[in-house]
Amino acid sequence: MYDPGRLRPGTYSVYILSMSIRHGLLALLERGPRYGSQLRTEFESRTGSTWPLNVGQVYTTLARLERDGLVAPGGEDAAGHTLYAITDTGRAELHEWYERPVDRTNPPRDELSIKLAMAVGAPGVDIRAVIQSQRHATIQAMQDYTRLKAQALAAIESGKAHERDDVAWLLVLEQLIFQTEAEARWLDHCEARLVRLSRSAVSAAEEPGPPPEESGPPPATTPASGRVAAATNEPPRAIRLRRR
Amino acid sequence: MPDQHTQRPVLQLEKLVRTHGSGATEVHALRGIDLAVHPGELVAVMGPSGSGKSTLLTLAGGLDAPSSGRVIVEGTDLTTASRKQLAALRRRSIGYVFQDYNLIPALTAAENVALPRELDGVSARKARACALAALEEMNLGQLADRFPDEMSGGQQQRVAIARALVGDRRLVLADEPTGALDSETGESVLALLRSRCDAGAAGILVTHEPRFAAWADRVVFLRDGSVVDETMRSGADSLLSGRAAGL
Repeated sequence: MYDPGRLRPGTYSVYILSMSIRHGLLALLERGPRYGSQLRTEFESRTGSTWPLNVGQVYTTLARLERDGLVAPGGEDAAGHTLYAITDTGRAELHEWYERPVDRTNPPRDELSIKLAMAVGAPGVDIRAVIQSQRHATIQAMQDYTRLKAQALAAIESGKAHERDDVAWLLVLEQLIFQTEAEARWLDHCEARLVRLSRSAVSAAEEPGPPPEESGPPPATTPASGRVAAATNEPPRAIRLRRR
Repeated sequence: MPDQHTQRPVLQLEKLVRTHGSGATEVHALRGIDLAVHPGELVAVMGPSGSGKSTLLTLAGGLDAPSSGRVIVEGTDLTTASRKQLAALRRRSIGYVFQDYNLIPALTAAENVALPRELDGVSARKARACALAALEEMNLGQLADRFPDEMSGGQQQRVAIARALVGDRRLVLADEPTGALDSETGESVLALLRSRCDAGAAGILVTHEPRFAAWADRVVFLRDGSVVDETMRSGADSLLSGRAAGL
């Protein structure tokens, strides 16, 4: 296992990804010994190149897996590629990974939620415009994913080769669709929430003020009657009439 | 989408305004909408409730008249058409799909699909042949002799899409067609709508579900009766360039 403490805070998501590469490679090696660039190709075809790997990452990861006793060099193939094989410890680690839920206790940093948090009340920033421009991008990404998904479904239904890869790719695409959907729903919610809050802020701000046609009550009592008006939702006029 | 924009739009909305009431109680349901839907195109309309989505669909289908502006379907302006022309246009050119399917319970799937043709004066035998062909084309042939209560919600909705597009009709107006369906069935309905548009129909889909809107070529966002934004299909076929290159 990596020690997260050794990583700088900014590399947390890189750490998460490197964890899934480790287990991804172990999962592929469980099907039999493989060499580095072969692992890279298979990893990518399983995930539709959603998370591209370079060969360097594969060899670095293999070296660490070997150091941790999870894989061992397993000779060479006919073409002279160094093969790696999963060890019993590696197999145990892999199955433990399948059974263990993905850790949600340390949510990865999300640029969008940071951006919206910063946009609340920021001078000169129209937060609804921020939300709409994100919604545009999010829905457009969903349109692209959905088109790719329709293609993947068609490929599976037509029974073309590599069905296992197509199914894996479909699952990855659908994960992206559900994730963007959650983001779009959350944006809708943020907008509705902000509209509701600004409405109640406006009505709270309007209510304490004296109606223009009146000369105005004594200044000392205005804030108090305003508070009453806001608290009881009664129009200020009713209070004034009673006071008269 | 090969050169679809050189073709005449199936539906064209021009400066469409709909105002309910007047004076202090005046409500602006739509404030000047321009929208064109071409053959082969599926346009999704999204927006919070009260933003004017359903009003837009009602006007596009000639079920209500705009306060000002024009609605042009297959070249005919609904706002200046006679009552008779309007009825004929609604029968021949426009198909509706509603959330609650709206199939006639006493008729089989084939009879439901044949009905618009029969109302249009086509002989019963021809209308049935036309209905069977439409059902067959959408892989629904096995449902032809079933009554609505013998079909699942998803099957009924797919039959409703067949009815909406039977014969020469190629404008389908769908108001929350997936609203009463579970997510997987909703998706099969969207896939059918998508494939009918790919085959040359023009569609408007009103939905509040981003995942279903994502099947559209364009997503239009309404707010307070105005279009605030719209997405286009991205030019590059994919965000995931590596995979798309291999497809």
